[in-house]
Formats: sequence, structure tokens, C-alpha cells
Amino acid sequence: MHIIVCVKQIPDPEIPSAKFKIDPATKKVVPPAGVPPVISVFDERAVEAACQLKDKNGAKITVISMGQGKVADVVKHALSMGADDGITLQDSAFENLDSYGTAYVLSKAIQKIGEYDLVLCGRQAADWDSGQVGSILAEMLGIPVVTIARNIQAADGGLRVERVLKDGYEVVQAPMPCLVTVSNEVGLPRLPTGMGIITATRKKIPAWTAQDIEIDPAQVAPEGAHTEIVKLSVPIRDVQCEIVTGKDAGEAAVELAVRLRAANII
Amino acid sequence: MDTHKGILLCGEIEKGTLAPITMELLGIGRVLADKTGQELSILLMGSDIGGLGEEALAYGADKVYVAENPLLEHYHSDACTMVAADLCRKALPSILLLGNTDAGRDLAPRLAARLQAGLATDAVELDIDPDTGILVVTRPVFGGNALASVMVRKVRPQIATVRPKTVKPAEKDASRQGQVIRMVAEVDSSTLKVQVVERVEEKVEGVRLEDAEVVVSGGRGIGSSQSYEMIWELARLLDGAVGATRPACEEGWISMLHQVGQTGKMVSPKLYIAVALSGAMQHIAGCSGSKCIVAINQDPEANIFKVAHYGVVGDYKEILPAFMGKLKELLAK
Repeated sequence: MHIIVCVKQIPDPEIPSAKFKIDPATKKVVPPAGVPPVISVFDERAVEAACQLKDKNGAKITVISMGQGKVADVVKHALSMGADDGITLQDSAFENLDSYGTAYVLSKAIQKIGEYDLVLCGRQAADWDSGQVGSILAEMLGIPVVTIARNIQAADGGLRVERVLKDGYEVVQAPMPCLVTVSNEVGLPRLPTGMGIITATRKKIPAWTAQDIEIDPAQVAPEGAHTEIVKLSVPIRDVQCEIVTGKDAGEAAVELAVRLRAANII
Repeated sequence: MDTHKGILLCGEIEKGTLAPITMELLGIGRVLADKTGQELSILLMGSDIGGLGEEALAYGADKVYVAENPLLEHYHSDACTMVAADLCRKALPSILLLGNTDAGRDLAPRLAARLQAGLATDAVELDIDPDTGILVVTRPVFGGNALASVMVRKVRPQIATVRPKTVKPAEKDASRQGQVIRMVAEVDSSTLKVQVVERVEEKVEGVRLEDAEVVVSGGRGIGSSQSYEMIWELARLLDGAVGATRPACEEGWISMLHQVGQTGKMVSPKLYIAVALSGAMQHIAGCSGSKCIVAINQDPEANIFKVAHYGVVGDYKEILPAFMGKLKELLAK
């Protein structure tokens, strides 16, 4: 089985929320100083799901990531978890693409890779939270899509997938090739092993450009974008934290209970 | 683009009635339709729709498209994409709204791809730009730490999924008139690539985290699963549910099912008590909808104090026993 996993590099969501800054003029997020970007958390689960299938059934895992700068680092992270090959997609033409443009670039890269049985994506990127790329990519590739999976098993020549629903789950049978978007319920991502890290460091990660994957410039031109962000803002939290004190911790705790009661909260 | 007119909604049916999200879509759809002087239509897909078409008229639709087929009894991605895309190609709506629900989240991006349209998901606010007449969709991004407004300028339809419980539902007016159109919804089962094998409803023990009025969460600072017992005790005392941060779950002190945050549950209780947790962006994403946040942390600089309403700086092991002691006394009154 050949599994292609699409991963994205995002600002680290573990930073304190107060350190999250935006530039309203450019409508972009200001990367927090000194905090390296990480693999999007849902995409990391997609790598985990791929590794689970590989453990059970044997598979070759190819990881692709479109991005700039240190994008090879997130591919290396996936390699250190157990993926076999990695490719980055780097080109100034790929900057600031919307979901449609991103799916288009990924579809061209996947077509260049050629043969595959399964494409995995995170259910949404943990930065812009759109949840569109996987489904659009599947439509562009002309393959079936199953979204928000919590378990993927090879069964009857295809895949048996559990989809997360509000009040439970749904089991579907999908033929291959297909695309599945993975939710966090699939399980915690495995930690990279020492051997994995060494292999990942040594691995050559080719960087494909727009030309390499025969991108039609019109499809990635800013004028061709389907959606446009016209405003980006940080919601104003008019919260002033009331710090409750006392002569010791115990007294402060008692005072807290009294105040919560007085404010009718408990 | 002038070929596309009107607002089309993708309604949802739940246990034989219009789902709450359908009323919400009709509510915001009516507002947008009146603002732009356009017609409001709604698509209802199901196996036995009965009088729900007329019901949708009473809730504000001008036109209802009814697509009935046994294969549409439950949401089926391939079947619903086919039916909805067909209708959009014929009706050519300028705006298409769905719920940001199990069904809408799945259906909307597939429609956006098939119709080569533009989509903004998880809208919490929808309005019309007065200069261009284009839909402006505001959506939380970065786990709710920022808000982005999105416009679809060049392609049609402009598609958005609307987050449940964020817009005002429509009110019923039985005297409203309109048209119910029964569509021929031919779905050939052989064209469905993905087969649904079964649907399983899961019941949870005790208070569901998402429905709880009080949530008590612990973080990395708790230190051990043994110490986590104090979090459980406080939650029990307040008839609340127990939450946790990602690190606490990863340490194995508590099951992942209790994780609150971007990769866990989204909670919005009346009271959220955050114990020995710093307030990472991804965690705040899951609890910022709480009415009141109480933070207990040793570090006065911890980020959690920036989003909390009440805070106590100190060691939770000293604070919680005294807090619970006083609570018992107050709750007994």
C-alpha cells in the first residue's frame, strides 16, 4: 500500500495565547519570536494513522508539504515518526494560497508522484481551521473522500473507516484509492525514535517547484483566488482578572469561594 | 456572475423534524435575502420529508426544494453532494449556506470543488458588504484567538457553513406563502463509492464535558494521576465534569477523552476552573467560551490569568482543600 500524507507547517499552538500577534494591515499572523513552527496537530495524527496502517499491513509512506522556510523540518518530523519518503513543495508562487489553490498544488504534486492507494490529510489545519483542502483535493483527484476519521483499517480490499459524529460514529467502507481526513481521536502521535531521527536527518528531501509539477500560473495567481481575507483581528477580551488574596493560600481560597458565591456563580 | 441570483440553504432534518440548525439558517438567510432583495430557497434532502417543506415556508423560505430518496434517509456524502450540486447547477444561487455540522462540514468543501466556487467555513457572523453586495463571512481562526472576515469576489456561489447556535433562529409564521418543488432525486446506488456500514450512537457516563455547567481542568502542574484525584473531587462537589490539558493527557494522568482544547473538546460552561495550567493557545481555544474562568496557578505571570475572571496565585495543593472546605459549607446553606 502506498500512502501519501499531506502535512502543513504552522505556528506552535502551545504558545501562551497572549503571545499570539497579528498584523491587521497585512492580515497576517506575526510568527512568535524564537518559537519554531511545528507540524499541524491534525496532520501529525494523519502521519500517526499512516504509521498504524504500516505497522499492521505494511505500507510505504510518502509525506508532502507545501510551504516556505523550514518546511522540510515538518517533513523530517514525519519521517522520524516512521514515514519513508518526503517531498517539499516550495515556490514563491505557492505563497498565500487559499484552500482551493493549496488543493490544486497538492493535486499536481500527487499526480507527479503517480501511483498511490490512499491520501491522508488532517481534518483541518490547526492555524486557519478551514477544513477544506482534503475534500477539495479528493474532488480534484477524482477519488472518494471520507472526512473526520477516528480509525482506519484495511478491509475487503478497501478501507473500513470510522467517522466521528456529534453523538457517536459511523462506519463506512471505501474503495482505494481514496482520501481520508484524520481527526485527533485517532490517537496520540507516536514519539520519534532515535533511529527514526537519524534516518530522517540523512534522508534527502527533494524540493519541487511550480515548474516541476507543471503548475498553471493562472490557478495560483492572486487574482485567481476563490476567497479573500478582507480583515483579520484579535477579539477584544474585556476581562480584568480579579486576583483574590489572603494572608496565606488557605485564606485566599476561602475568599475565592465567598466571592464566587456572592457573584452567584456557584 | 449576474447569472447567479438568490440565496439557497441546505437544511437538515433530524428525527423527522427540521433540525435546529435549519431554523438558524432560515433566520440568517431571511435577513440576508431581505437586505439584498433576493429570493430565499432551501433544499431538504431525506427519505420521507412529509410536510416539512410547508413547515420551511412558514419559517421564512420563499421556495423549498424537496429531494426524496430512500438513499437520503441519513446524510450520505456521495449522494448528498450529487443532489445538492445538481440543484446548484440548475438554480444558480449567488449565496449557498450550510450548517457547520457533521453533514455541512463534509458537504460544503465537496460542493465548493464541484462548482468551482468559494467557501468560508464555520461562520459566526454573516453580513452583506454595502458597496459590493458581496457576502462577508466572519470566522474564528487560530482556535478562536483571531477573527478573519472572508469575501468571495470572483466565483459563484459564495458558500459558507454557519456555526450552530450563533445566529438567531427564524420564527414561525403559518400565514407565509411560498412554493414547494418536489425534485426528482435520482440517486443511483451504484454511483455511490463509499458505503455506510453502520451508525453507532455513543452514550457517555455522567455529565458530558460539552454540556457541563461546571468544568474543572488540571494541567501539567498537577504532577501525577494521584494528585489529579483532587480535580475529580472538586468536579464532583460542583456536579461538574473533569477536563484536562493536552500535557496532562499525554502524561497519562487522565484519559484523552477529557482533553479540552483545539484537538480535544470545546466547552462553554458557566464556570471553568483551571488548575495548575498555564493557558496555551490551543487550550484557551477550547474553553474561551466559558462564562467565568477561575485560574489557580503558582506562576503570577501565567497566561491563564490574562483570560481569567478570578485568580488565586499559589500552590493548588494548599488552595483546593481550603476552597472545597468553604464550598461545602456554602453549598449546604
